[in-house]
Amino acid sequence: MKNRGETPGVNAGSMADIAFLLLIFFLVTTSIETDVGFNRMLSPIDISPPLPYNDKNILLVQVNHNNEILVDNELVDITDLRRIAVAFIDNGGATLDSEHYCDYCQGERSVFSSENPNKAVISLSSERDTGYATFIAIQNELVGAYNQLRNREALKLYGVKYTDMESEYLNVTSKGRKAKLKEKIETIKRRYPQKLSEAEIK
Amino acid sequence: MSKFAKKKSGELPAVSTASLPDIVFMLLFFFMTVTVMKDSTVKVENTLPNASEIKKLEKKDRVITIYVGAPTQEYQSTFGSEPKIQLNDKFASPSEVGDFILMERAKKAQELQNVLTTSLKVDKNANMGLISDIKQELRKVNALKVNYTTYEGDAFNNIN
Repeated sequence: MKNRGETPGVNAGSMADIAFLLLIFFLVTTSIETDVGFNRMLSPIDISPPLPYNDKNILLVQVNHNNEILVDNELVDITDLRRIAVAFIDNGGATLDSEHYCDYCQGERSVFSSENPNKAVISLSSERDTGYATFIAIQNELVGAYNQLRNREALKLYGVKYTDMESEYLNVTSKGRKAKLKEKIETIKRRYPQKLSEAEIK
Repeated sequence: MSKFAKKKSGELPAVSTASLPDIVFMLLFFFMTVTVMKDSTVKVENTLPNASEIKKLEKKDRVITIYVGAPTQEYQSTFGSEPKIQLNDKFASPSEVGDFILMERAKKAQELQNVLTTSLKVDKNANMGLISDIKQELRKVNALKVNYTTYEGDAFNNIN
């Protein structure tokens, strides 16, 4: 007649086993997926004939079937690509009296290279047999060149890196802060727009 | 004196396992939160290339995934070892990409249909020819937002 009013406690000894089962189930059925990459915008298909672009405002990057990289028809190494791209975008060759004069550029201001970051286009063309890995490596370097310039500009104007602003923009929750960030990001983007075009394979 | 003699100094008390469930649950929750459910079995080799200057992909419900790569060992006898496109659970030719995108788009909520991104998960041994065909098809159905999905890492590792 002892302990009649009390119910005996449930034995929780098997809880660990049950939890283990669940754990193993999740371990097996799930995979940590990557969700990072390069965002690209393809050009619409029914595009009117392209606007005439001055030759000096285009940096032609070609990759052939041997995965060799040609910039303006000269063979270059992938490690030099970023430097070349930065020099090209940031050149600012337009003269002081021209309407395209770039007052924030720090390039060489050569007359044979781009006039203004807003006009500078990088055209990336590949062949059918070009390896995807090389293509991605080149994309990485070219995007890296833009990021480098944008970071420089953002540090100068706001004291923060552009890439940091962008990652913060994705995480920030307060509306006001987000709008402010967006404005800053847009300003930088206007200064160095990412004009990277992927040419069709002929 | 006999009060103390009862303690046997030679035996160690058993370690309490009462906190084991808690530890396992912690692990369980960790895995539940960091992992994403697989929605289709990948039938192709899918080692993505590395890149460092990357951005995070948008929310999962706004993404349509296309896999490209050589069929895995078990499918090689039927489909060969050339890189192929995988849509949902089956292999497809480039011309089917357009219909696939339209179908997937129709499945999504109305307000998301215009902001969809196509994530291209391409094996690093694939060639640009196939990618170019896919891009052409995507342009035909006006799915212009594309993401070349990669792993995080040094891009120079891709070339060797």
